[in-house]
Amino acid sequence: MLGKLDWSAIPFDQPIPLVAGAVVLVAILAVLAWVVVKGHLPYLWSEWITSVDHKRIGVMYVLLASVMLLRGGSDAIMMRIQQAVAYQSQGYLPPEHYNQIFSAHGTIMIFFVAMPFVIGLMNLIVPLQLGVRDVAFPTLNSVGFWLTATGALLVNISLVVGEFARTGWLAFPPLSELSYSPGVGVDYYAWSLQISGVGTLVAGINLVTTVLKLRTKGMNYLRMPMFCWTTLASNLLIVAAFPILTATLAMLLLDRYLGFHFFTNEAGGNVMMFMNLIWAWGHPEVYILVLPAFGIFSEVVSTFSGKALFGYRSMVLATMAICVISFMVWLHHFFTMGAGPDVNAIFGIASMIIAVPTGVKIYNWLFTMYGGRIRFATPMLWAIGFMVTFIIGGLTGVLLAVPPADFILHNSMFLVAHFHNVIIGGVLFGAFAGFEYWFPKAFGFRLDERWGKAAFWFTFVGFFVTFMPLYIAGMLGMTRRMQHYDVAAWRPWMIVAAIGMAVLVIGVICQIVQIVVSVRNREALRDRTGDPWDGRSLEWATSSPPPAFNFAFNPDVRGEDAYWDMKVRAQQQSLDADRPEYQDIEMPKNSPTGFVCAFFATIMGFALIWHIWWMVILGGLGAFATFVVFAWRDHDEYVIPAAEVAAIDRVNVEERRGLVSMAGAV
Amino acid sequence: MAMTATAGHAHADPHHIGLVIEHPGPASKRTVTAYGFWIFLLSDIVMFSCFFAAYAVLVGQTAGGPKAAEIFEPRYVAIETVCLLLSSFTCGMASIAADVRNRFWFYLGMTVTCVLGLIFLVLEFREFANLVARGYGPTRSAFLTAFFSLVGCHGLHVSAGVLWLLTMMAQVYAKGFRADILRRMLCFALFWHALDIIWVAVFSVVYLLGSAV
Repeated sequence: MLGKLDWSAIPFDQPIPLVAGAVVLVAILAVLAWVVVKGHLPYLWSEWITSVDHKRIGVMYVLLASVMLLRGGSDAIMMRIQQAVAYQSQGYLPPEHYNQIFSAHGTIMIFFVAMPFVIGLMNLIVPLQLGVRDVAFPTLNSVGFWLTATGALLVNISLVVGEFARTGWLAFPPLSELSYSPGVGVDYYAWSLQISGVGTLVAGINLVTTVLKLRTKGMNYLRMPMFCWTTLASNLLIVAAFPILTATLAMLLLDRYLGFHFFTNEAGGNVMMFMNLIWAWGHPEVYILVLPAFGIFSEVVSTFSGKALFGYRSMVLATMAICVISFMVWLHHFFTMGAGPDVNAIFGIASMIIAVPTGVKIYNWLFTMYGGRIRFATPMLWAIGFMVTFIIGGLTGVLLAVPPADFILHNSMFLVAHFHNVIIGGVLFGAFAGFEYWFPKAFGFRLDERWGKAAFWFTFVGFFVTFMPLYIAGMLGMTRRMQHYDVAAWRPWMIVAAIGMAVLVIGVICQIVQIVVSVRNREALRDRTGDPWDGRSLEWATSSPPPAFNFAFNPDVRGEDAYWDMKVRAQQQSLDADRPEYQDIEMPKNSPTGFVCAFFATIMGFALIWHIWWMVILGGLGAFATFVVFAWRDHDEYVIPAAEVAAIDRVNVEERRGLVSMAGAV
Repeated sequence: MAMTATAGHAHADPHHIGLVIEHPGPASKRTVTAYGFWIFLLSDIVMFSCFFAAYAVLVGQTAGGPKAAEIFEPRYVAIETVCLLLSSFTCGMASIAADVRNRFWFYLGMTVTCVLGLIFLVLEFREFANLVARGYGPTRSAFLTAFFSLVGCHGLHVSAGVLWLLTMMAQVYAKGFRADILRRMLCFALFWHALDIIWVAVFSVVYLLGSAV
């Protein structure tokens, strides 16, 4: 009846996951109770859960990422403490549990923090920058988000019901095969990634189509803001790479569920094929994450330097070059597995070549700042902090791309330090910069600068104190994933890293305080003009937060830096001198399709993990029925009458006229 | 809207060289839908290519089991192929019927497509069942694993296509040839033709090359 599920799935003998699970459960129940008692449920349902508005979906993505960042961060804290105390002792975590923690940490940080964070920001901003009303497929967008949430939910369920994978974040066979991992951990891993992977693919298709087919009048390719370019590159990579992950995990699942022999040690299975497939997805994945961050930095650096981006066309070229080359270097992830010197040399050189377009980008940012009037607002601090940090990460990356060096450093703490260096210094700093930069656009008020700067400095310093020691430990020969060790030379560095972790935690606390303080002072921090930073691209041309339809009129773009261009022209002539007549606007209707679909996907995923076959069929039928019901709708759009559009737009224009006359006075 | 070449706007563009083709604005819904679906199809083909790659890697790994040439029944594979190719033709007829809003030919075209698709599936199922009965199931060797997965993945797509096809017929029956339903029909047709293309690859790589060895 319940497949493999019984009471032994609940780890009554392990206090840490039980207590953590109980706390999370209590928190969820408390929030739910508060929502219901206060009567917010109808609002949440109609305005957020069923929303197909790209801005709302973007905000929900970022919220999901933030919550999961706390979960993944807790795992990180536990690991740093374990390695600080586990010198010549077992530490406080049993090995089995420690293995689950590092696997969950990697899986969560990549799939449920970094991915939803950048996809959320792209969702929120790209249609605004392109000057259009929504993404190409609004309802599909909602489905994609909720499927990602399903994946995150399944990972969190594994904390209390059953176990998570102990195989590392990529579940290498044969360790992840049934004979070596008979529990449900790998199944949790694989199904949560399969389901959220569908969501990611949907988001990728949606954003590629949006960028290529939905630009406003005059928005030629070489007038698109840099963030739109990096979004395009990143989502092209999603479309090309995520199906590989889907196929690879499907093969692993076939091995585990039906006794197939793709990656087993018996009957001719080939483990190296898994390595090739998983990294053919995994390496582009790195660039899927970091390219949008590069786009954010381009926007931030240009805005806060008061200059157009230096070398725009070379930046576009560098972005697309990275997009292509990222697919040609996957083999550097297993230099040491016996591919031979020729293959290693070719892939080593290809890996080093990526540093060239990345270097082009760094120089372009520096030259954008050169001679500019730089304002050190919080987003700009993150951008500058990124440049310093990322260069170190890039250099150690080039070092690892040298096969002989890699033979010494692979699987060491040096590697761990390197990829945290680029992922935190690149993706996370970019996500935070984008968060600070676009927060006023999403919510209509700015974030508190003092707490924001404090958060930056603690995170920046904390990052270096945590990860520079890991480089040293790596060079002293410490390998990754160690539960405990007996080498005295490593100990001090582990203790320093744990102290760094504490500083990082202060940074996170600052960020939470920043949000609380800003919400309290939101009237004082209100952004009335829609353009708090004196921005250059079209998202600043509409009010903050933008109306459901984004723009009363489709903007007409005349050059790069579309909004800057408009502002300059507006100073010479009246702002709305040539405004055409307002017209009715058709917008897509809200739909519970995404939420209901994810509900059935959750049921199905859980049932698959525990081999509850009747429930699998039920979930599948439910998902299909949801789509049929959705397909049967007769009216999928509603009309915002011209009078309402006019009323909303007039307020915006009034506020803006104040801004322009002020700018004119300066 | 036609693409217009204007020199007037070009001055604002500092990098402008010669003529600037102005972007006319968002594309039509039909274009956007079809474009998005094309991208989905490309991603699906990437997924198939992984199974093709796995097959290519594992084709020699028979672990003492049967080799490719020993298990194929060319006659039935030929019938399968003919069915699928014909169904692509009838699907095309149904698309044309939908474009000219002719219900009779639409239903006829779709029904024939469905029947041909089902024959294909039955033949494939029969092949699989025979192999399993002879002890040559997917768990026998890595080669058979890759074979069953690649061909089965295609079969799964055809099954989903048949389900979609029936839903499309019901939709046209209930709603008529509305614009959104015609867009879905366009996507379905793209999907069905793409399956054909993939089958051509399966037929060549698995059955033709396999029989030659």
